[in-house]
Amino acid sequence: MSLWTALTESLRLLTSGDAEVLRIVLLSLAVSGAALVISSAFAIPFGLWLAFRRFWWKRTIMAFLYTGVGLPPVLVGLVVYLMLSRSGPLGWLGWLYTPEAMVLAQIVISFPIIASLTMAAVMSVDSSLRSQVLSLGASDVQAGLAVLKEAKVGVVIALVAGFGSVISEVGAVMMVGGNLKGSTQVLTTAIVQFTRMGQFEHALALGLVLLSITFMVALMWLTLQGRRLED
Amino acid sequence: MGQCYRLAGVTKSYKGRQVCDVPSLEIDEGSFLAIMGPNGAGKSTLLRMLALVEQPDTGKLSFQANTLLPGGKIPLELRRRVTMVFQRPVFTTGTVEDAVGYGLRLRGEKHVVARTQDMLEALGIAHLVRAKVSTLSAGEAQRAALARAMLVEPDVLLLDEPTTSLDPDNVVLVEHLLRGLHTDKGKTMVLVTQSESQAKRLATQAAFMLDGSLVESEPVFDESKEHKPR
Amino acid sequence: MRHGTLALFITLVVLAAFVASCSTSADTLILATTTSTADSGMLDDILPQFEEEAGIKVKVLAVGTGEALELGKRGDADVVLVHDRKREDEFMSEGFGVIRKDVMYNDFVLVGPADDPAGTSEATGAVGAFARIADAGGEERASFVSRGDSSGTHFKEKGIWALAGTEPDGGWYKSTGQGMGETLIVAHELGAYTLADRGTYLALAERLELVVLVENDELLFNSYGVMAVSAKRFPDVNLDLAERLIEFLVHPDTQRRIGEFGTEEFGQPLFHPNAVP
Repeated sequence: MSLWTALTESLRLLTSGDAEVLRIVLLSLAVSGAALVISSAFAIPFGLWLAFRRFWWKRTIMAFLYTGVGLPPVLVGLVVYLMLSRSGPLGWLGWLYTPEAMVLAQIVISFPIIASLTMAAVMSVDSSLRSQVLSLGASDVQAGLAVLKEAKVGVVIALVAGFGSVISEVGAVMMVGGNLKGSTQVLTTAIVQFTRMGQFEHALALGLVLLSITFMVALMWLTLQGRRLED
Repeated sequence: MGQCYRLAGVTKSYKGRQVCDVPSLEIDEGSFLAIMGPNGAGKSTLLRMLALVEQPDTGKLSFQANTLLPGGKIPLELRRRVTMVFQRPVFTTGTVEDAVGYGLRLRGEKHVVARTQDMLEALGIAHLVRAKVSTLSAGEAQRAALARAMLVEPDVLLLDEPTTSLDPDNVVLVEHLLRGLHTDKGKTMVLVTQSESQAKRLATQAAFMLDGSLVESEPVFDESKEHKPR
Repeated sequence: MRHGTLALFITLVVLAAFVASCSTSADTLILATTTSTADSGMLDDILPQFEEEAGIKVKVLAVGTGEALELGKRGDADVVLVHDRKREDEFMSEGFGVIRKDVMYNDFVLVGPADDPAGTSEATGAVGAFARIADAGGEERASFVSRGDSSGTHFKEKGIWALAGTEPDGGWYKSTGQGMGETLIVAHELGAYTLADRGTYLALAERLELVVLVENDELLFNSYGVMAVSAKRFPDVNLDLAERLIEFLVHPDTQRRIGEFGTEEFGQPLFHPNAVP
C-alpha cells in the first residue's frame, strides 16, 4: 500500500465521474453547507449582540458558549439521536437517518464556534464606530451591518472555523445519519466504513477527495475576505 | 423660535462613576452653543446624549418638543435630524468617497457621488476622493468627517473640537463653513472647543463644564461682531 | 493565576497524560476480531482468566472482518479471530497465518418487526423468508437493513439473497456500512428486517422492538476460526503468546465456558464450541 497509489486513486475518483462518489461528495457539501448557512444566520447576529450588550449574566452565557466550542461531535450526535429516535420526543418528525437529522446535528456543532468568533471579531472593531455610525443616522440594523463589515476578516474566519468543524466531523453524522448507502453516506462516514472493511487505499483516496474539497472552499473564503486582508 | 433641546436633571455614569451632570440646559433652535472646559469634564458625553446616541441615566431630555426618558426607545426619525462630528473621527473602511458619502447612502439618497465631490471641494480635500481613509492625516480626517456630517444636512450639528488638528488656513475655512450653516441655513449648532476666541467668533451661547457638571450657561456678546441673537 | 503557577499546572497535566498512556507493553497480545464477536461480551467473560493465568494483557481490537484480516496481513495484530472460512483459508494459504484452529460456531437469526409485514414466519426457511421480503419491499410494504460492510455477516446475507434468486436493490434495501449493533438499531428505528448474529441480537434485544422470525436453518450456522499471525513475515509479532491464547481457546475448560456463556442471562447459549481436541 503506498501513498502514491492512494493519490492516483483519489485523482481517478475525482475525475472519473463515479456516480457513487459524486453523490457522496454532493451530499457532504449539501449537508455541511446547509448547516453552515442556517447556523450562521443565527450565530452571527447572536455574536454581534453579545459583543454590544452588557448584562449581568453575560459571563454565564459566554461560559456556555465556550463549552459549546469544545463539544464532542459524537456527543451531539448521541443527544440528537435520542431526540429523533422513535422513542424520543421528536420522533414524530421522522428525521432519523435522513439528511435533515445530519444538518440539525451540524447546526448545533457549528453554532458556538461561529457565535464566539464573531463576537471576538466584532469586539476588535473600534468601539466608537457604532456610536459614530448611529450619529450619522444609522438604524440599529444598519449599525450592526456597518460593524460586521469592519469585522469582515474575523467574521469570515468564524465561518471558516464553523465549516471546518462540520465538514470533517464523523461522530454526529454517523449516529444520526446512519451512513446509509445512497441516502446518508457522506465522505467522512465512507472513510470510516472503508477503513473498517480493510480497504485502506480506497479510504485514503476518499480522504484526499475531502481535503481537496476543503481546499477549494478555503480559496472561496479568501475571496470573501477580499482585499481587506491586505489593508 | 422654539426650543431645540431642554435638559433637566440629566446625569450619566460609567462603571459607577458619574461622568456627566446637567441640572438644567436649554438650547434654542437656531442658536450656536459653545461648550468649554478642561479635558475629561464630560463634554463629549453630553454631546453624545444630545446626538441621541446615548441615553441619560436619570432626568429628562427633550428634543424638538419630544420628551425622551431614560430607557425609552429613540425613534430613528429623530436621530436622523442630529449629526455629530467626533473628536477622533472614525470612518467605514474604503475610499474617502465611500466613507464621506456613507451618511447619504444610509438614508437611501441619490446623486451621492456628485454631492460628495462638491462637499469635498468645499472643504479643500477634493483631491483625496480616491484615497484610502487609512492614509488620511489628522487634519484631512477631521475635514472629511465634517464633510460627511454636513452632507446629510441635519437640523442640528454637534461638533467635538473640530479644528484641533487643522492648520490656521483650514481653521478659517472650517469656521467660515460653520458660520454659514448657522446664519444662512439656520441650523442649531453645538460646538465643544478649547478656544475661547473661537467661541467668541462663532457662538451665541456659551456653557462651561467642570468635573462633569455643567456650571454656567450664558449668552455670548462680542461687540466686534455684528451679531443678532435669534 | 500567576504565569508561573499556570505553567506548572500545564506541565503537570501534560505529564499526567503521558504517564497514563504509558503501559507496560512488555507482555501484550493484540487480538483482532469482529465487532459482533466483541459486542456479544463473550471475550470479556473468558479473557480475564487467560490474562491472569498467563500474565499477559490481551488488547481486543473490534473491527470489521475485512479490517481484522487486513490488520493481520500488516502485522498489526498477533491473533485474528473471525468467522469467514473462505477468507481464513486465503489468509493461511497466502502465508499470513501459521496456525488455524476452529473455536466455535454461532448462528444467525432473521429479525424484524413483530407484525411481520412480509409474512416471513410463514416461509419455510431463510431463503423463502428473504424472497418474501424482496417481494414486500418491491411493494413498499417492508424494508431490509444490511450491514453492507463486507463482514462475515454481510457475506452470509449476500449468499442467502443469491439463493433466493434476487439482487436486492431499491429504496427498501438499506446498507449501513457499520457493525451489527448499529445496524440492529437502525433496523429497530426503521421497523425493518435484518440478519443478525444471535449473540449481538440477544445482547440488545431488550431495547429493540424486533423479534426473531426465522432461526435454526442450517444456512444460518456460522463457524469461527482463530489464527496466529506469521512471525516469519512479521518478526515483531508475539507468536509465543499467540500460541498460548489459541491453546487456551481450544482447551476443554474454556470450550465449556464458551458453551455456557449467555445461558443465565438469555436462557440459551450464544455460541457452540466445536474445537477439535
